[in-house]
Amino acid sequence: MRKIKEFIIEKLIFFCGLASIFFVILIFLFLLKEGLSLLTIVGPFEFLAGKSWYPISEPPQLGILPLILGSLFVTIGAAIISVPIGIACAVYIAEIAPAKIKEVLKAGIELLAAIPSVVLGFIGMMTLVPWVKNLFDIPTGLTAFSGSIMLAFMAMPTIVSIAEDALYSVPKSYKEGALALGATHWQTIYRVILPAASSGIVAAVMLGIGRVIGETMAVMMITGNAAAIPKSILQPVRTLTATIAAEMGETVVGSEHYFALFAIGIVLFVISFAINVTSDFFLHKDQRV
Amino acid sequence: MTSLQRQKIAFALLFLANLLVIVPVGLIVFIIIQKGWPAMTWQFITDIPRQGMRAGGIFPAIVGTIYLVSGAIVFALPVGLLAAIYLSEYAKDNLLTRIIKLAIVNLAGVPSVVYGLFGLVLFVSFCKFGASILSGSLTLGIMILPIIITASREALESVPHVFREVSLSLGASKWQTIRHIVLPNAIPGIITGTILGIGRAAGETAPILFTVAAFYLPRLPSSVFDQVMALPYHLYVISTQVPNVDPKITYGTALVLLILVLFVNLIAIIIRARFRKKKKW
Repeated sequence: MRKIKEFIIEKLIFFCGLASIFFVILIFLFLLKEGLSLLTIVGPFEFLAGKSWYPISEPPQLGILPLILGSLFVTIGAAIISVPIGIACAVYIAEIAPAKIKEVLKAGIELLAAIPSVVLGFIGMMTLVPWVKNLFDIPTGLTAFSGSIMLAFMAMPTIVSIAEDALYSVPKSYKEGALALGATHWQTIYRVILPAASSGIVAAVMLGIGRVIGETMAVMMITGNAAAIPKSILQPVRTLTATIAAEMGETVVGSEHYFALFAIGIVLFVISFAINVTSDFFLHKDQRV
Repeated sequence: MTSLQRQKIAFALLFLANLLVIVPVGLIVFIIIQKGWPAMTWQFITDIPRQGMRAGGIFPAIVGTIYLVSGAIVFALPVGLLAAIYLSEYAKDNLLTRIIKLAIVNLAGVPSVVYGLFGLVLFVSFCKFGASILSGSLTLGIMILPIIITASREALESVPHVFREVSLSLGASKWQTIRHIVLPNAIPGIITGTILGIGRAAGETAPILFTVAAFYLPRLPSSVFDQVMALPYHLYVISTQVPNVDPKITYGTALVLLILVLFVNLIAIIIRARFRKKKKW
């Protein structure tokens, strides 16, 4: 009797162990099931490179180039801001900060990670957006630039915590060797420790960017939601994620627009999959050293 | 410039980078508390929204969020815990285990709005649950699964190997060892992970947009097939979709959501800190 019970429990454990694989496949299949129906209406090239997104005109125009560019503008802006600052934070926390300051900084960054994105979006609308509007004297502060700043901020916990881990995993002997040869602490950091941790830092940056591309609520509240091809970073844009969130509520199930939103979901899923697999590769490369 | 001077400048710049992150975090929390505090009355917490959400309270949204989060945990904790037990106690170092780990990383990286789409097709349409607490909870549950698996696995793996060997050598079976020796020693870590999952589920908006969240529903749900209001979605609605809402109310809603999420995280931190002190090995 006990043997049967344990057999069942162990089988259950095994199936739950497979649950993550099951769900990843399930998500992909269901996105495909709805999204691929679009191919009968719009070709893949037309969809990805089409210059106009007018999903409710007659006939609907379903080109997501403006949305891809919107996501790209916001993401590049966020990366330019968050990568240097994030790595600098990680280096300071891992290598330089005295114990007490380190605790405060880590708590602050954990606090930032815990704040829901809709709260950050709201506070961005109330503070950052008017500030950007006044600073550049433009008609609206709801721009790609405001989105970039906010997203850079939101990517920070991911970048800092993973880069910090990478810095910690550099063997102590490297550092001691460099210091013993007469290098200053700073020379040791940027000539020895940073290069040794580089693949972990690359992974940190990639995962941070993944976070930025997938972020939805804050970006929808701050970037102004104009589905036109942006010419400058000081214009309103609409990202891939915001398009799904803003429009899914108004579509008819089974319409072309509905399928198109799922096709955008496929694009997002594939991007995040690629980012996660590559960054995982970089993280494991680091562990083998 | 000597190399020591260069070091001083570099370290100052690195410190400055930290200020660029920490100061805004402090400011955000400060602004929300300062502007949201006047709204915090007993009536605000316990009343239904009135006058098209421009007055009254946020009680249905608070209750909705609590229901959704509870549902998500009821689903994600057992599955996540068993998955963690598999990875830490049974999995061999082979291709399957590599794929499982990769799947967990991917699940954690899927954009939240894609979870919303997935929940919409699978639970709302395919399983015919409709836009309901059940659909929303399951969607959130799958979303927090990687958090629970990762935290529980770390907790299980940090139980020393000797414990297992002693138990097995005394004649206990593998499952008895896990059940009576490994699990009890890993409980604080598992609870911490679960609480962090709760915090994440409580704050997410995109996954519940199409699976459960009601724009305006000033009554409490009567079954798991009802729609509910939820705090994060309510904050989104009153700050972007409804014109002329008193900022006191929006800031107040943001403050309640922030307090809820931070309180939950604080509990996790306290449990973790206590456990570290008590640790015997």
